[in-house]
Amino acid sequence: MTSAILPSLLSVRDLKVHFAVRGPFNRRVGSIKAVDGVSFDLMPGEVFGLVGESGCGKSTLGKTIMGIHRPSEGEILFEGQRIDRLSPAARRAVRSRLQYAYQDPGASLDPRWKIGRSLGEPLVIHTDLDAAGRDARIRDILEAVGLPDTHLDLYPHEVSGGQQRRVGLARILTLHPRVVILDEPTSGLDVSVQATVLALFRSLRATFALTYMLISHDLAVVRTMCSRVAVMYLGRIVETGPTEAIFERPRHPYTRSLLAAIPKIGGVRVTRDFWLQGEPPDPGNIPSGCRFRTRCPKATDLCAREEPALSTLGQGSVACHFPD
Amino acid sequence: MTALLAVEDLSLGFATEAGFASVLDRVSLSVERGRVVGLVGESGCGKTTLARAILGVLPRDQARITGGRVWFRGTDLLTADPEVVNRTVRGRAITFVPQDPFTSFNPLFTVGEQVMEILKWKSPRAAALPAGRSWLPAVVSRYPADRRRADVDAVLELLDAVQLPRPDQLLRKYPHELSGGQRQRLMIAMALLPGPDLVIADEPTTALDVTIQAQVLGLIRRLASERNVAVLLTTHDLGAAYEICDAVAVMYAGQDVESAPVDRFFANPAHPYTKKLLASLPRADGSAGGIPGEVPGLIAPPGGCRFHPRCERAAGPCFEARPPVEPLESGHWVRCYHPHREAP
Repeated sequence: MTSAILPSLLSVRDLKVHFAVRGPFNRRVGSIKAVDGVSFDLMPGEVFGLVGESGCGKSTLGKTIMGIHRPSEGEILFEGQRIDRLSPAARRAVRSRLQYAYQDPGASLDPRWKIGRSLGEPLVIHTDLDAAGRDARIRDILEAVGLPDTHLDLYPHEVSGGQQRRVGLARILTLHPRVVILDEPTSGLDVSVQATVLALFRSLRATFALTYMLISHDLAVVRTMCSRVAVMYLGRIVETGPTEAIFERPRHPYTRSLLAAIPKIGGVRVTRDFWLQGEPPDPGNIPSGCRFRTRCPKATDLCAREEPALSTLGQGSVACHFPD
Repeated sequence: MTALLAVEDLSLGFATEAGFASVLDRVSLSVERGRVVGLVGESGCGKTTLARAILGVLPRDQARITGGRVWFRGTDLLTADPEVVNRTVRGRAITFVPQDPFTSFNPLFTVGEQVMEILKWKSPRAAALPAGRSWLPAVVSRYPADRRRADVDAVLELLDAVQLPRPDQLLRKYPHELSGGQRQRLMIAMALLPGPDLVIADEPTTALDVTIQAQVLGLIRRLASERNVAVLLTTHDLGAAYEICDAVAVMYAGQDVESAPVDRFFANPAHPYTKKLLASLPRADGSAGGIPGEVPGLIAPPGGCRFHPRCERAAGPCFEARPPVEPLESGHWVRCYHPHREAP
């Protein structure tokens, strides 16, 4: 990787997160390998996209980085420091610089608190600003996300979904983080609102010098936002590279099928002959060898025996025995 | 040509604490036999309410229909005898595929029991009603064994048609044992079992992943043409509408604004709202339009064309009266005083 040349802001090394499956008498009968050996580096200023279908482990990965889940193996470094086994107090110091934007801001805001109070809470916890200082900071941020001051006196249910997103983002930005992990930032939004929210992400990134890690299943959003993309399937990264390279020339059969599945308005209708059959296998019972082989048209005996490693190909890397 | 379903100037509202919300304002829509019609619009535009009004499943104490007709095979469902509609139309000639395959099954019964429960009442092999015993409460009515056997065969055949693996084992499973894609396939099968003329699919793929969505949309399209069933697909996903629809109708804030055959719709949108909606789709170069402002509240909606507060072309009559239908070519119409016209 390029970590020798440029210091990466966040690096994840061979991370594994396994959840135990318990049977009768709390006996461990198996494990769900939600994240199973993932490594990547996040460079300052970039927008890194993590895509995959539901159950592929992308949100677990994001939450593990935040310390919500404990990694089973591997390490996470933030600004050069190990953060995966920190004490709660040390963790809190990191958290103001590494923030997580939840999927549904409507559910993550307290319905009984006015928006102003929700926005002030992180400042009470992480800073020693007085009430006037907090108020000034909140008003600055609110202006940056494009909401009027009057919203401070509203309850979350009184504003629309797009505005709740802005409030969620404002709450994160009050602490001036360096890295923001955006988990499905546009799910549940209408396209006309989505477009304005994405424009906001872009302008905030420029204003506050942010680095984003964007977790999404929406490839169109990832394509417009990200400079680099990693595709996950059943807990592993199967392909990674610059956005253009991935979208112009996907090498892994899974990436190809994902891209083929997006409806292209004005183009050929994909549903006429969509070739990918079946559904992802149960993450508690992962196939031997390559995880994708049960759905892959190119699978051979080699794929059943050996799991392909992520190896460099062209501008990116791909984990496939027979890449295109 | 008479359409299978024709909604004419349907107006409907809900009584709320804050006042009467006008959710549908003189909406018209028609669906022809064997065609897939997409009803698109953003959340809150009234597309699901319209779908439910056609089915007649809106809460009676809150929803008030203030005008219009719903013609289905020549009868007005709003004025017909509710008992007859329930017996012969709802769940039989018109069926429904819900948005969320996760909450639409009862978790306590196997999917087989739930499928057979429908067929007990709505099977195409059943007589209109068990004559002479209709006074019996529904739970005590028998399911005749010979019909049950025929129905089970029909179920297995249809589960095969929606590409569910090992149908006989599947029927013994509980809903939580199935994936989202499998549950939605099963919902589609259940909607087709009574042999309907029209299937109303309410956002059938929003809860699914993109590869599963492509499979399920392909399935709906194929089954609709094979079985000559009309489909009314409500969706906010313009890509999904493009994939499988023959025609598309757009709604905004409770009004119908434009309707066109699918290729014309995406190539030459005429209404300013449609045009902006299409421009909001994310593009590879990172540019995306978006529409300034927000969808208006429906308790006191803007007068005239409800889009006028967000429309840059709004002038004169737009503030006063709802625009009349302006026919363009080949089945394309728009409700706008200042539509985008093609360059000659």
